[in-house]
Amino acid sequence: MKRQTRWGLFLFITPVLLWLFLLIVLPHIDLLIMSFRTENDSGDMMWSVSNYLNFFHEPIYWLTFVRTAIYSVLVTLLTFIIALPVAFYITKVVAPRFQGFLTLLLLLPFWVSELVRVYGWMILLRESGVFNHFLLKLGILNKPIEMLYNDATMVLGLVYTSMLFMVVPLLSVMESLDNSLIEAAYDLGANMWTILFRIIIPHATPGIVSGSIVVFMLTLGNYLTPNLIGGKNSLWFTEQIYNQFIASFNWNQGAAFGFLLLFLSSIAVWLGLKLTKQSLRKVVQ
Amino acid sequence: MIKKILCTTMFVSIALAFTIGEATAETLALLTWKGYAPKNLVEKFQKETGIEVKATYTNNEEMIAKLRATRGAGFDLAQPSQDRISSVQEKYNIYQPIDLSKVESGQVISSMLEAVKKNTLVKGKPHAVPFCWGTSGLVVNRKFAADVQDYNDLLNEKYAGRISYRLKRPTLIALAFAMGKDPFALYGDAEAYQALMEKVGQAMIEGKRLVKNYWTNGDALLESMRSGEVNVAMAWDGAGWKLNAENQDIDFLAPRSGALGWIDTFALPAKAKNIDAAYKWINFILRPENAAAFTNMEKYGTASNGAIKLTDAAVRGNFERSFPPEAIDNIKWYPPVPAKLEAIEGKILDKVKAAQ
Repeated sequence: MKRQTRWGLFLFITPVLLWLFLLIVLPHIDLLIMSFRTENDSGDMMWSVSNYLNFFHEPIYWLTFVRTAIYSVLVTLLTFIIALPVAFYITKVVAPRFQGFLTLLLLLPFWVSELVRVYGWMILLRESGVFNHFLLKLGILNKPIEMLYNDATMVLGLVYTSMLFMVVPLLSVMESLDNSLIEAAYDLGANMWTILFRIIIPHATPGIVSGSIVVFMLTLGNYLTPNLIGGKNSLWFTEQIYNQFIASFNWNQGAAFGFLLLFLSSIAVWLGLKLTKQSLRKVVQ
Repeated sequence: MIKKILCTTMFVSIALAFTIGEATAETLALLTWKGYAPKNLVEKFQKETGIEVKATYTNNEEMIAKLRATRGAGFDLAQPSQDRISSVQEKYNIYQPIDLSKVESGQVISSMLEAVKKNTLVKGKPHAVPFCWGTSGLVVNRKFAADVQDYNDLLNEKYAGRISYRLKRPTLIALAFAMGKDPFALYGDAEAYQALMEKVGQAMIEGKRLVKNYWTNGDALLESMRSGEVNVAMAWDGAGWKLNAENQDIDFLAPRSGALGWIDTFALPAKAKNIDAAYKWINFILRPENAAAFTNMEKYGTASNGAIKLTDAAVRGNFERSFPPEAIDNIKWYPPVPAKLEAIEGKILDKVKAAQ
C-alpha cells in the first residue's frame, strides 16, 4: 500500500518538476548568466556587473521603474476600493440564489483575451470613439476630446484588467465573516465606518493582502495595457526590457532589467507584508 | 469489453491523425511583413506545388530577435530589409548564403539584384535577393494640412495633436535629413552619429506634446487617418496610396529632403528546413503576373522584371503623382547599418518615450 502511494506521488509530481525545471528554472539560469556578461570595446563578451550599474547610473531607467512601481501601488489601492463593496454586496446583501449569477457576470469579461478587452476600451475612448460620439450628440461637448493616451485612462485600463484578481480572494474571506458580528455592532450603536474598519477589514485582511500581491505583480509586469492605452506617455518598465531585447539588440542589458524587476518587486511585496504585519504563509493559505 | 473498444478507437484515431499529418506535411514557414503573403497568392502557390505557406507577420527588429533566439531555426524563409542583414549576419550568424543559381534571375530587375547582392555580402557570399521596395515619407491629408513639405512638419505647431509617426530609427534618420544633415554619411563615425542623434532626440522631446501617438501598427494608422484623428504622418508610400484610393484628400508626399528608400528581401535562416520550398516561393512570387497582383494590392513596387507592365493604371498613376523625376533622384537609399548604431538609437528613443 505504502509503495503504491509513493509511485502515485512520483507519477504526479514528475510533470510538475519537469515543467518547473525545463521551462522556468533553466531559462532563468541562462538569463542570469546573460545578465552578468557584457560586450567590451573590441566586441568580445566578458563578465561584468555593468548591466546592473547602468540601471542606477542612467536616470531614465530607475525613474521608469519608480514610476511603474508607484502606479502599480495606486492601481492596487483603487482596485481594492472598488472590489471591497462589490465583494460585500455579493456575499452579504444580495439573495443567495443570485450570488452565483453575479459572480459569473464578474468572470464573463475575462473569457476573452486581454488584448480584445483593451481594444474595446480604445474603441470607446478614442477621439472618434463611442463616448465622444454620444457626448457630442447630447450637446455636452462641442468638440471631440482625446480620452486615450494619458495616465488616467491607463490606470482605468489597468484597474479593469486586474479587478477579478482582487474580487475573488475577497469573496472567499467575506463568505466566512459571521453576519451576527455586524448585527451586534449595529445593536451596540456602531456606525458604518466603524464596522468597516473594526470588523470587515480586519477579518478580510488575508484576502486583501493576497489579492493585493497578485494585482500588484500583474500590474507591474503588464505590457499590453500601458502600451496601448497609455500611448505616447506611458513608459512602463516592461517596455524598457522589450526595447533592450528588440530595438537595441542588447539581450544582456534586457536580462539584467528582468532580474532587477523580479528583485525589486519582491522587495516591494516583502515591505507590504511587513507594513501590514502579515506573514506570507498565512496569506497564501 | 467496453474498455477494449475504447482503446482500439483511440489507437485508430491517433494513427489516423498521424497519417493525415504526414500527408499535408510539406509547409513553408515564412517570416515576413503584413501583406507580403496575400491570401490569393498563397492559395495559388498551394494549388501549384502542394506546399502550404505558414506566414508569421513581424517587423525588422522582431525578425532579428526571433531568429537570434533560435540561432536561425524555426523558419524556412525570412524577409528582412537589405540594410539590416550584413552586420546582423556577421554578429549572430542567423542566415545562410543564398544560392543565386536556384533563383530565376531573369525574373529580377538586374540592377536591384546586384545592389542587394553587394549590400548583403558576408565572407564573400551574398545573403539575400530583393523582393519589393518602397519609400518612407509623409502621408498628408491636404484638406487640413495643405502646406506640409518636409519631415520637420512632424514637429510643426500648426498641426498639434494631428501628427503621428513611429518611435523607430527611420524617424530619427528622416528628422536628421530635415535638419540638413546626412546621417548616412556618419554611419562610420559612431561618435558624430551619436551627437547628431542626440540633437534629433532633443527636437523630438520638444515636439512631443504635438504628436497624437507613436503608431506601431500600420492598420491602426490607416484607421486614424481615415477618421481624421491624424492629418500628418510619417509612413510608407503604399499606406498613403491605399488611403488615396478611398479619399482623394489624403496622399503620399515625397518630402523635400528626400524620401527614404528601402528594399525588402528574401533571406534563408541558418537552420531552415525546407529550402527547396523557399526557392520555389521566391521564384513563384517574383513571376511577373504574381508580383503584379501583389503590387496591385499592397501598392509597393516589386523587384520583378516586367511586373510593372501588368499592374493597374492606378498604381502607375500613384507613382507618377508622388514622384516627379527630381523626387526619384532625391530618394535616400538606406546603406547597410553597422553594428552598435542600434544601441545608440535605442537609448535616444527610450529618452524620447520617457520625456513628459
